[in-house]
Amino acid sequence: MEMPVPSQHRLDRKSELVLRLRAILPADCVIDDPMETRAYECDALSAYRCPPMAVVLPYTTEQVAQTLKICHDLNIPVVPRGSGTSLAGGAMPTSDSIILGVSRMNDVLDTDYDNRVIRVQTGRTNLSVTGAVEADGFFYAPDPSSQLACAIAGNIAMNSGGAHCLKYGVTSNNLLGVRIVTMQGDILDIGGAHLDAPDLDLLGVICGSEGQLGIVTEATLRIIHKPEGALPVLLGFDSNEVAGACVSDIIRAGVLPVAIEFMDRPCIRATEDFAKAGYPDCEALLIIEVEGSPIEIEEQLEKILAIAATHNPVEMRRANDLQEAARIWLGRKSAFGAMGQINDYMCLDGTIPVSKLPYVLKRIGEMSREFGLGVGNVFHAGDGNMHPLILYNANEPGELEKCEAFGAEILKLCVEVGGCLTGEHGVGIEKRDLMDHQFTRDDLIAQMNIKDVFDPAWLLNPAKVFPLDASASRRDGGM
Amino acid sequence: MHQHHGAMGGCDMIHFPTSEQDVAQYLGAAKGSVTIQGGGSRTLHQPAGDTLSMEKLTGIVDYEPGALTMVARAGTPLADIEQTLAQENQRLAFEPVVMNDVLGKTGASTIGGVFASNASGSRRIQAGAARDFLLGVRCVDGAGTIIKNGGRVMKNVTGYDLVKLLAGSWGQLAALTEVSFKVLPISETEATLSVAVTDPVAAVALMTRVMSTPYDVTGVSYDPAQGVALVRIEGFEKSVSYRSAELRQVLAPFGDVDILSDLASRAMWQALRRLGPLVGQSGTLWRVSVKPTDGPAVVEALHGAPYVMDWSGGLIWAVLPSDFDLRASLSQIAGHATCFGQGHSLLHPHSAGVAAIMQGIREKFDPHHLFPTHSKAA
Repeated sequence: MEMPVPSQHRLDRKSELVLRLRAILPADCVIDDPMETRAYECDALSAYRCPPMAVVLPYTTEQVAQTLKICHDLNIPVVPRGSGTSLAGGAMPTSDSIILGVSRMNDVLDTDYDNRVIRVQTGRTNLSVTGAVEADGFFYAPDPSSQLACAIAGNIAMNSGGAHCLKYGVTSNNLLGVRIVTMQGDILDIGGAHLDAPDLDLLGVICGSEGQLGIVTEATLRIIHKPEGALPVLLGFDSNEVAGACVSDIIRAGVLPVAIEFMDRPCIRATEDFAKAGYPDCEALLIIEVEGSPIEIEEQLEKILAIAATHNPVEMRRANDLQEAARIWLGRKSAFGAMGQINDYMCLDGTIPVSKLPYVLKRIGEMSREFGLGVGNVFHAGDGNMHPLILYNANEPGELEKCEAFGAEILKLCVEVGGCLTGEHGVGIEKRDLMDHQFTRDDLIAQMNIKDVFDPAWLLNPAKVFPLDASASRRDGGM
Repeated sequence: MHQHHGAMGGCDMIHFPTSEQDVAQYLGAAKGSVTIQGGGSRTLHQPAGDTLSMEKLTGIVDYEPGALTMVARAGTPLADIEQTLAQENQRLAFEPVVMNDVLGKTGASTIGGVFASNASGSRRIQAGAARDFLLGVRCVDGAGTIIKNGGRVMKNVTGYDLVKLLAGSWGQLAALTEVSFKVLPISETEATLSVAVTDPVAAVALMTRVMSTPYDVTGVSYDPAQGVALVRIEGFEKSVSYRSAELRQVLAPFGDVDILSDLASRAMWQALRRLGPLVGQSGTLWRVSVKPTDGPAVVEALHGAPYVMDWSGGLIWAVLPSDFDLRASLSQIAGHATCFGQGHSLLHPHSAGVAAIMQGIREKFDPHHLFPTHSKAA
């Protein structure tokens, strides 16, 4: 992965930078010992690593602002970090940058059930937002798989989704307001407990901007009342086409499940060997979950099973209680772990129009043979968000490169059929150089123009999202 | 195609592009002021300078009922979109408000206008706003550059989300030429529980209470003229009947409860979608968005003017005397207000930092200052 050449001028300023940061921040906020900064050398895209010059972990928004002012003065790039769970390298530093992490800012600031909002500091983990309100019957809906660890700051940066966003939407649809600090150190409040934006919807463009526009330190989030219950049904089919047609028919019939998960045969076999969830040996498997009271669940499951029955399923298994539900989810939830038992894997997240599912799966199978690398598919079928897992051996020279080339071909295919490079993980460094396949240069300039406005010197997370040659003149402007 | 209009005696032009290329050519060469217009059914203020009418840029480009997505050119009439969706038993779940009756406009609302104004109706509180359903755009900025952003899939985090920035931007940044959006099934049936309530404080107490239940309420409004709060639930037959019974229990302490079944319920919300309770009132239409518990304070500032509350009390539509500026009375309340006809869209001035960013974004999209600016601060 190509990254910009570190600036010697910036590296030479390290001691001055650390001195100035220490002068205004509590002693434990600034880390510059190379032994300790190594812990921040990568995120969950661990194939790429580079320790930063220093790491700053502030306790308050004001400290974030002061840190950014100093870095702005000294022309030092800043890479924001939540919990470091990005699969796209969104929080990977360069050697001439600092990491600014919000992990110490994790308080709940206000809970307001009448207006259905919670205000939190963004270092708080996704699951602990729900943790703060679930005793009162509420929850925060977006549920990325990393929700136990991932921070709201990172969720906002990447506009994270999850299995249940078919019904509840992604982060952007559940975010009502932010306190954001710009690279110049200005603290801005945007949005709040009321709905929609006055004038331009800045919140809309901040969410998903991958930490390039500012550092969000507080967020006002929509909370909603939990449904009375939820149960899944498992359906097995002997072809991907039929499973895809079944998904389409369910949606057209007006049933709106909270989740529709899809696994293909390689993935089913791997999880069976690993988790022994008792899945049928078939080409394609769907797990569909519906919510509501027992009567409502019954009504929806009946409709789903009636539709599925017209597609000659090899298996239809409905959960009657929570224990059976857990067994149905067991394999799906261990799918990534199961694939990891076989080999190293790379997880993609291209999204496609649902109707293109059978074609794309067929092409991925063909490419798998061409590249000589195995691939299993597990994904959110209701919204076309695929997660092909490409297996490779990291210890074998050249395999990572081959795997990346295969991955790039899959993502280009997603764009070709009318989809996109990333549905919920973000671009980061991983998909940066594929952006030209989805966008014209004019499209990219329109996006980079927004960064010019928020961060004219391009110091916030600069070498991400845009192809390096597209952003080069802007990034060099600040040198 | 060109046409003159000149109510003020000037020689301002109306341009009717029939393709995206047309729009690009026109804006690339335009000078002076340009107001982008859909059907002109929900105009914020009088157009200044030339008008770029999108009315002839029409047609549904793609519709996949099984994927819940549609792509249409910006000038396609809202009515055509809704009719096509209804044939597949689907709809725009954000229930765009239709303003012809209340504003006395004859133009046909266009899908581009719906998204450019982020026009969401009662179901916004459960399903999300127009901006939440907009998946992708093609547009032309003030320099005549064609830009696309987003796409036609429901989950997409590839690059910055300019889609949401353009939704609700009221023609300040670019002319939308094509929009791609998510649709949802029409529910099998619905019901509305109607509760007699006499004041906005009691109404908001009731409305916030029902939004704190697991019963998936899809509309909750208060019409003071009728003295009723309305609570809508939608879905399959058994589910609606179950939740009606449960909600009746929840609502009993607030007043007498009536239940309107399917057709009566649909008619009721259809009327609210056209702001029926305010049609025929003379004055200026205001729209105020605050958090629901601030709703009663907004009503108090109306000094008896006709209004209707939606979104659990957080959205107030009111008709006020034309010389009355509501914003002065609401300086202590967080939120925003829009005045149709005069274009004020702020309760409070933006902070200097936010104002500078908005201005910076306008400069980028519209370097020659063709498009109007709506953010007149108090």
